[in-house]
Amino acid sequence: MSVLAVAGGQLLADSVISFDLGALARNFWALTIDGLTYGAIYALVAVGYTLVYGVLRLINFAHSEIFMLGMFGQYATLMLLGFGPSGNAYSEGTMMTIVYLGIAMLGGMAVAGGAAVGLERVAYRPLRKRGAPSLVFLITAIGASFVIQEFVHFVLPKLTGGTLGGVNAQQPIRLVQASDVISFANTSISNIEIVIVVSALTLAFAADVFINRTKFGRGIRAVAQDPVTATLMGVSRERIIMLTFLIGGILAGAAALLYTLRVPSGILYSGGFILGIKAFCAAVLGGIGNLRGALLGGLLLGVMELYGQALFGTEWRDVVAFVLLILVLMFRPTGILGESLGRARA
Amino acid sequence: MSTETTSTVAHLGIGDRFRLWWDALARPTQWAVGVPFIVLIALLPIIKPPVLTTVGTDFAGVLAQFGMYALLAIGLNVVVGQAGLLDLGYVGFYAIGAYTVGLLTSPDSPWNQTDSWLSQKWAWLFALPIAIAITAISGLILGSPTLRLRGDYLAIVTLGFGEIVRLLADNLTTITGGGRGLSRIAYPIVGVSESRPTGYFSAGNNQAPITSGVAWFWLSIVLIIVVLLVVGNLQRSRVGRAWVAIREDEDAAEIMGVPTFKFKLWAFLIGASIGGLSGALYAGQVQFVIPTTFNIINSTLFLVAVVLGGQGNKLGVILGAFVIVYLPNFFLGRTELFGIPINGNEIANYKYLFFGLALIVLLIFRPQGLFPARQKLLAYGREVYVAARRAALALTRPTSDETTGGSR
Repeated sequence: MSVLAVAGGQLLADSVISFDLGALARNFWALTIDGLTYGAIYALVAVGYTLVYGVLRLINFAHSEIFMLGMFGQYATLMLLGFGPSGNAYSEGTMMTIVYLGIAMLGGMAVAGGAAVGLERVAYRPLRKRGAPSLVFLITAIGASFVIQEFVHFVLPKLTGGTLGGVNAQQPIRLVQASDVISFANTSISNIEIVIVVSALTLAFAADVFINRTKFGRGIRAVAQDPVTATLMGVSRERIIMLTFLIGGILAGAAALLYTLRVPSGILYSGGFILGIKAFCAAVLGGIGNLRGALLGGLLLGVMELYGQALFGTEWRDVVAFVLLILVLMFRPTGILGESLGRARA
Repeated sequence: MSTETTSTVAHLGIGDRFRLWWDALARPTQWAVGVPFIVLIALLPIIKPPVLTTVGTDFAGVLAQFGMYALLAIGLNVVVGQAGLLDLGYVGFYAIGAYTVGLLTSPDSPWNQTDSWLSQKWAWLFALPIAIAITAISGLILGSPTLRLRGDYLAIVTLGFGEIVRLLADNLTTITGGGRGLSRIAYPIVGVSESRPTGYFSAGNNQAPITSGVAWFWLSIVLIIVVLLVVGNLQRSRVGRAWVAIREDEDAAEIMGVPTFKFKLWAFLIGASIGGLSGALYAGQVQFVIPTTFNIINSTLFLVAVVLGGQGNKLGVILGAFVIVYLPNFFLGRTELFGIPINGNEIANYKYLFFGLALIVLLIFRPQGLFPARQKLLAYGREVYVAARRAALALTRPTSDETTGGSR
């Protein structure tokens, strides 16, 4: 990181971009922990990109919108449970809060997973039947991304009488009040950060086990490696593709709930876009098509981004993410761990 | 397809028929048909045809914007349609072109070096070639490390590049003015008179018939023709054939001795400079640049124009650009259409929804775009092409619908 910082300092005059090594050193642990929080969320979304890419060689550009729908899904679930926007956090007691959060997460997963499968059915399957070139898939994905965003922007508020969607972000529903649980070396870890990192890592671990240890996972890897042979061996390619989209959607829905814990005011029709791009960067960083690569890339991107933010200032956070991506791809054109969903051991 | 074939032409689609007719014309006849057609289009903002003209906004302004988007679509078509390199950050070049003009001529900019020795009258014209050159260099800087990446990786890296350019414009507050942008950018000062104290191209010129929109539209038509001639000649040359080879199969092209990296870089560079040209036009017309104009959504919108029109078809992508710019503006402020009451503003608001739906439906039923490109025998003359095309169509049409490509 210091190499990049020095290069930045030399290229552009100090008055334009200044960098502050002291801030990075002082807040190193706090930044690392916050970075891991974001990174865990990126990683969960990145898994969706990477699985679909591994199986279909398709950048599912609309995955960021699936994530966004997940945010609305968990919000709607909380509203159905009787919660409403309020200034202060509800105090339901630890057990009940976890139960409610779990239900909201299931709601987000259901919406996002359903949307992902629906998207595959409506937009991608007809193209596959016609054997369209890969550019066509990507552009369809961009079209689908437009449609989903604008649906939430304009149509959803009409359907729900203005309670969901529209131009403005949703008023946050706070179930958890952030409070510091662990403190060490002038760094503290809040309950929200623990919840996010622990649940994201649990889900990521579950996904890894699912892909590497179960029959369905073996099917996914088989199709990723060689669709024709996999079909000959009795694997239904269409079903596997649907399953892949479903898993990606479910993890994006889970990530959506975790993200709204961290950024309660982020529930907006365009709120998934940049996060989706970054999650995709994370997938590419780690080696797209590679599940563990997505996890590594997500955590790395989240942490690096926050170090960059401390060095150069908040407004440079996204620039750091993209420059990191370009630098990594220049030296490792297939990402840190390489593309290998199909080649993992059987 | 059950009827017996008597003439091959009877089985052709409108596009093919038009193409055959056009290619069979002699060069002077082509000019005799083409020039009046272009003049007619140029006169559109003055004639203001009753249904076509926009209600909510200045029709000439919409057409001027279309001119800039058409240039962008032609430039992006070189990269995506002809060389087959997916560029999702093309808006970055547009931004660099616009900001170069802005930085050189706006009084807000610390790098404004033209005031001291160059009159404001010539400042825009002076900045134009510099903008094109700098954008070309930026294409080189982006392309030389990244063009070794394949397909999807290239797409995400270019996307990152586009975002970086916008964020730089937003964050380098001391130079670019950040979110406030750069105002009072120079424009060509031509035809100063009593009624037009700042000339035809000034944004303040709303004296009919030649308003500022009309002036910029005409300028962009001239530039589009020049760029089309350049790009068309490139397409028919060794460079163009190399692009086609790379697009169809990069490995095979490499083995056949095509220096793929070099030609990919050329495509990037040429595409970038056309984008820069369009950006410079934009900066001059609006006289004001802010970072939000150059966000990723616009980048994807340019790609929509290219795909909608038909990748690889230069005239098709111009029509694609027209659809992208014109349709939302057509509905803006309209309360009825052919007697049917509609809420035009609302329809205009939904533009991304409709473009998205149109893209999905179009790509399912017509993945080559509305006006698909036909691969020509680039090395040979038109007569050979026409004869070969007729023969090929006569052979393939009656037996199978699929083989001609366009109807898939």
